[in-house]
Amino acid sequence: MSHPAHRRPEYHKINKDLFVLTYGALVAQLCKDYEKDEDVNQYLDKMGYGIGTRLVEDFLARSCVGRCHSYSEIMDIIAQVAFKMYLGITPSVTCNNSSRNEFSLILDKNPLVEFVEELPAGRSSLCYCNLLCGIIRGALEMVHLAADVTFLQDRLKGDSVTEIGITFLKKRDEKKYRRKK
Amino acid sequence: MADTVLFEFLHTEMVAELWAHDPDPGPGGQKMSLSVLESMGFRVGQALGERLPRETLAFREELDVLKFLCKDLWVAVFQKQMDSLRTNHQGTYVLQDNSFPLLLPMASGLQYLEEAPKFLAFTCGLLRGALCTLGIESVVTASVAALPVCKFQVLIPKS
Repeated sequence: MSHPAHRRPEYHKINKDLFVLTYGALVAQLCKDYEKDEDVNQYLDKMGYGIGTRLVEDFLARSCVGRCHSYSEIMDIIAQVAFKMYLGITPSVTCNNSSRNEFSLILDKNPLVEFVEELPAGRSSLCYCNLLCGIIRGALEMVHLAADVTFLQDRLKGDSVTEIGITFLKKRDEKKYRRKK
Repeated sequence: MADTVLFEFLHTEMVAELWAHDPDPGPGGQKMSLSVLESMGFRVGQALGERLPRETLAFREELDVLKFLCKDLWVAVFQKQMDSLRTNHQGTYVLQDNSFPLLLPMASGLQYLEEAPKFLAFTCGLLRGALCTLGIESVVTASVAALPVCKFQVLIPKS
């Protein structure tokens, strides 16, 4: 063999596929267990939350990001560092309101749906990637930021883009950061 | 790139949630939860089996397939090879992993021994699914004597 097994590029892809395929099997199982789309969505969000609360530690250990001074900075880190690190994509960030606490992540590519052409029949309200919302929400909560995270648009539902909306709920304590300036 | 940790976190969450699913997990309920995890692993194993490099599909004999799983599949999925493979040459194979990644975060030794089967069910299905794609029907079970060492037993009935 020309190079050792673990360096073969096909294995890298298989490893990436493992998560995506497992996720697909999970969604399929939940669709079997729950008749209502809202129940599956809620369950995915809940599981994502559990993952997010632990993933954030892994993320902070790997990325060494500094302290953030604004929600915008946090959004940039989520999009450009976290999404890149774990899913290999970089969603774009938009700010949706003047008080600068409502943002959107626009996903151009989405590895989670690589093997999904369309939603299963009778599942038109299914938020297939709802795990992502839960993960973001759980991770933010562990760094003391409460946020609502939902899918605003979904390509799988016929929208032109996939958009995740993040609304930060509590005003950050500005006093903490004045010292840094 | 999708980090391997994502799969590990998802797997841990699945084990926790699918267990909590059944509020009264008596022996019957426990079996059902394990078989749900196993069948999910089977689906994924089948799909992964289809994605393995083509040249590996020309196996001379059954033992080659098992060796392939121990090396290539295990490396692709867990970034390490299986530590040992034994067989009685009559359809029974025992694959041993001395530091199984899905058990590593738990503990070492005898603590949580009771919980270990939940963390192996998916992988048993994964092995069974990959074997299925490679043309082999099997029964795969796993046992743990002390974490994180575990043994996967593959039984291939003679046709």
